[in-house]
Amino acid sequence: MAGALLSIRDLHLTMKSFDGEAHVLNGIDLEVRRGEIWGLVGESGCGKSLTGLSISRLVPSPPARYARGEILFEGSDILTLPMRDVEALRGKRIGMIFQDPTTNLNPVYRVGEQLVDVALAAASHDPSVLDCAANAGRRERRRAARRLAAEMLGRVGIPDAKTRLDNYPHEFSGGMRQRVLIAMALIGRPDLLIADEPKTALDVSVQAQILKLLKGTVADHDIGVILITHNLGVVAQTCTHVAVMYAGNVVESGPVARVIEDPAHPYTRALMAAIPTKESRRGSLNGLGGRVPNLIAPPPGCRFSPRCPLAQPDCTRAVPPSVAVGRDHWTACLRAKEIEGVAHV
Amino acid sequence: MSEPILRIENVSKIYGARRSLFGHTSEVQALKDVSIAVNKGESFGLVGESGSGKTTLTRSILHLETPTSGRILFEGRNLAEMSAVELRRLRARVQIVFQDPYASLNPRMSVQDIVTEPMLVHHRTLGLDRRQRRDRAAELLSLVGLGTQHLTRYPHEFSGGQRQRICIARALASGPDLLLLDEPTSALDVSVQAQVLNLLCDLQDRLGLTYFFISHDLAVVRYLCDRVALIYRGELVEEGDTDDIFDAPNSDYARMLIGAMPEVRVPSTAT
Repeated sequence: MAGALLSIRDLHLTMKSFDGEAHVLNGIDLEVRRGEIWGLVGESGCGKSLTGLSISRLVPSPPARYARGEILFEGSDILTLPMRDVEALRGKRIGMIFQDPTTNLNPVYRVGEQLVDVALAAASHDPSVLDCAANAGRRERRRAARRLAAEMLGRVGIPDAKTRLDNYPHEFSGGMRQRVLIAMALIGRPDLLIADEPKTALDVSVQAQILKLLKGTVADHDIGVILITHNLGVVAQTCTHVAVMYAGNVVESGPVARVIEDPAHPYTRALMAAIPTKESRRGSLNGLGGRVPNLIAPPPGCRFSPRCPLAQPDCTRAVPPSVAVGRDHWTACLRAKEIEGVAHV
Repeated sequence: MSEPILRIENVSKIYGARRSLFGHTSEVQALKDVSIAVNKGESFGLVGESGSGKTTLTRSILHLETPTSGRILFEGRNLAEMSAVELRRLRARVQIVFQDPYASLNPRMSVQDIVTEPMLVHHRTLGLDRRQRRDRAAELLSLVGLGTQHLTRYPHEFSGGQRQRICIARALASGPDLLLLDEPTSALDVSVQAQVLNLLCDLQDRLGLTYFFISHDLAVVRYLCDRVALIYRGELVEEGDTDDIFDAPNSDYARMLIGAMPEVRVPSTAT
């Protein structure tokens, strides 16, 4: 489709392990346009992070093997690109923020140096990142990179950014380190940002700041974002779209407002019922029984069927196809029509 | 009102200045004149960000840390004045469940060993013989929703939620009245968190436990706790009934925290 920044089509990923081959991703379809923030939600072990890592080809293969499908980034398939071209994308066109801000900065280098390195690497592919002449000497490029690093740190809300460049990571708090990582991901002016649980280790107030920053960045630079999280609250507050993943499938996707107000997949419903809200009375929460299935021998048909309250015998026959239940709102459930409150299309 | 089960009176804790290889560290005031009363049978929530002194307070209640000033009273008796024998008896009645169930179970011990260990430690208080211990372990496991078939298994065979159930069973083994819950669900998926929260509600109703629940997840605190205290940089900023605080917070800090809560609803500003 025209206009899509990233389009993942029927992506299958298997992982070799001692017990056999695990079908980790089982036909992922996802399309991200500029200006959209996609939330990727689901329990642990549903393939959210692997989807994110696949986009920058950071899944080691072997043991991983892409059996089928494609990941089109502005039209070119990342999975078949030569490694050199993929490396040119990383950091420059595709920025990544990883889960734990405490382990993703090198403790023995100053924060400024780490930012400058990323800026210089990005500039080697696209000199326009740095504000200096294309034929500038090394020293001048370094100075320009340092200016850019200070500017980025300031932009992510670190006060006194210029002097902070000379600090080491341990002199920053958790929230500030996370902001350094965001600055680092944004310094090469990426078109797509993948944020893998960027706030798990943070306090709510810092988390709110970071999410605001993320939203601001999307508005200012018209980039696409994939936000991997298991917090539906964060998705509701931050994202424009959401894809719910279960055991390697996208089971429901659509605009946030539609999915949160009218969840059309039993799994989405179960996830939402498990979150304590203002109205939930003590002892009334609905936990979801069972656990994410073993992906070496996944249940036949719909992988959610063993835990699904609506499952019928035909659910185990084949993987349910995605059906539209509203504008841009898709669900992979045979029983979608039986779920109350869903507009039938 | 009857005597609170736990009373914290004007507790302050200052970690002294130290000189280390990397230079000076200055004095840190971890707790500043904190007073809290927890009544028997209630769920009391302590909310604060990292570095606010939650852990110091928890450690003080367990008497693993001695306050610089102030008193901590369990059923009206000052912890600091207790003898070693009394303290040991006390510890059978105050137990803790930790945040990370992946880190708080010994991988080399079977579930039965894990759950019976507190009974061995508190043998003099509880006086259970070998068979009684085994029976009680089985009983505890069924109480937290696991079965006797799990007794001979090892922690790595369990999921996060099941491990946290084992941690709860272990905490209940010595028959405590007060359970300190240090972010017991923050390492778990929402679906599993809901089950553990329901289990905690159920256990409290059945056993009449008192909970001291430490968390920074306000949604969970609102769900589980009768009363809440907010702590910021070692100082108590607000305390009261959960509904009152969430509906009409008095301090800026409480308003900020509640405002920053990611609620699962579509914000009105969204298009």
